[in-house]
Amino acid sequence: MKDLIYLPDVVTLALNEDTCNGCGMCVKVCPHEVFEMWDHKAHIVRKDYCMECGACALNCQVQALSVKSGVGCAAGIINGLLRNTEPTCDCGGSSSCC
Amino acid sequence: MNNSYIIGKINSGTMVVPQTSASLKPEDFRGAVMVRWGFRRDNYRIEAGLYAIGNPDSNSDVFVTSNYKLTFDNLRKNLSGIDGWILVLDTKGVNVWCAAGKGTFGTKELVKSIKLVSLENVVNHKRIILPQLGATGVAAFKVKEETGFNVHYGPVLASDIKKFIAAGYRADKVMRKVKFGLADRIKLIPNDFMYGKYYLLGAMFLVFLISGLSRHGISYRDFSGGGGPAILKVFLAYLAGIVFTPLLLPYIPGRQFSLKGFFSGMIVYLGFLLLKNPATNLVETVSWFFIISTLSSFTAMNFTGTSTFTSLAGVKKEMKLFVPLQIIFASAGIILQVIGKFINPSL
Repeated sequence: MKDLIYLPDVVTLALNEDTCNGCGMCVKVCPHEVFEMWDHKAHIVRKDYCMECGACALNCQVQALSVKSGVGCAAGIINGLLRNTEPTCDCGGSSSCC
Repeated sequence: MNNSYIIGKINSGTMVVPQTSASLKPEDFRGAVMVRWGFRRDNYRIEAGLYAIGNPDSNSDVFVTSNYKLTFDNLRKNLSGIDGWILVLDTKGVNVWCAAGKGTFGTKELVKSIKLVSLENVVNHKRIILPQLGATGVAAFKVKEETGFNVHYGPVLASDIKKFIAAGYRADKVMRKVKFGLADRIKLIPNDFMYGKYYLLGAMFLVFLISGLSRHGISYRDFSGGGGPAILKVFLAYLAGIVFTPLLLPYIPGRQFSLKGFFSGMIVYLGFLLLKNPATNLVETVSWFFIISTLSSFTAMNFTGTSTFTSLAGVKKEMKLFVPLQIIFASAGIILQVIGKFINPSL
């Protein structure tokens, strides 16, 4: 099956290739194959597939990655607005994101 | 909750830990069905801590997971024939990925648990296996700094664990990728269907209230000609948003879920146009366009949270455009609906 893709050109993911130490952790933790390694550096190759989960930035030892991570969830955003907090999911356990 | 998943006790070297098995019992399957439909889901959890599966020793692998019982069951089922340790973090009964997003499946909790069970005395190696999706909450290098243990991110799916181990603790491209196929989507629909039930009941109640209005006063006697069909239309619009849209997600045009939901709602509306009572006046007919499309669009929009490929920035952008439209459509629908009742000459 073709990979599902959401809106183009909105994702906040950014990589500073100068800082990158080439450890490859981002490639390992990304669930959407956003990164690829070559020349001992990570490169963003499928930016629009990023869901801003934040796994790469959290596991980047040299902080070469940044992303405004959070739940891509309309109900969560509404919850956040109502409670005046960051978007938050309180829909329980089994759904995939929240 | 009963503890039928515990089959005995085993000595870890430093303490006695419960032993579990890879075979699920009928009550585990029953529990899974119930919880998918939203029953008891707030309490579908197991006690955090260290468990043994099979007969592990100090060379055995350590698998880290959440204390949502559905997750725990899925892990142990896929560890059949493996002797290992399972370290269950207290994620408040939430699955790994979501808990990682909230931080309860996180660096702090993992470090705390490793220390609490003195993992360094249980195994003589420094390798712990985490589900890849736990990486959203766990910084592997910090765990290493604070405990000495090396986090190995495993596959996304527990069903790939044996392949992962056989490949020398390496997850290949396929194992690392989150998919969102038809089977995944179907499994998640019941939960979303139940999640929106108050919106559904609220909308049903509203159209029922309006159905009794006419210029001669208020009457709810004609349920089969008024309130009943109105409630049915609302229900179908809801189904279009939360069942048809997820089912056919890749095939419905549009990137935004709200737009996809709008199209699904249009199918319901076309059905209504074909089958409607010829006496229905134009204003009421138009009002149903707004009501059905709003409901379907709004409920489909909420599926963004369930899907595995929508970003926060993207959903915000979608909502900025569609929520105002939904509010305008809903208001137009309700106003036209009421007006339609008062100009209907047949009543």
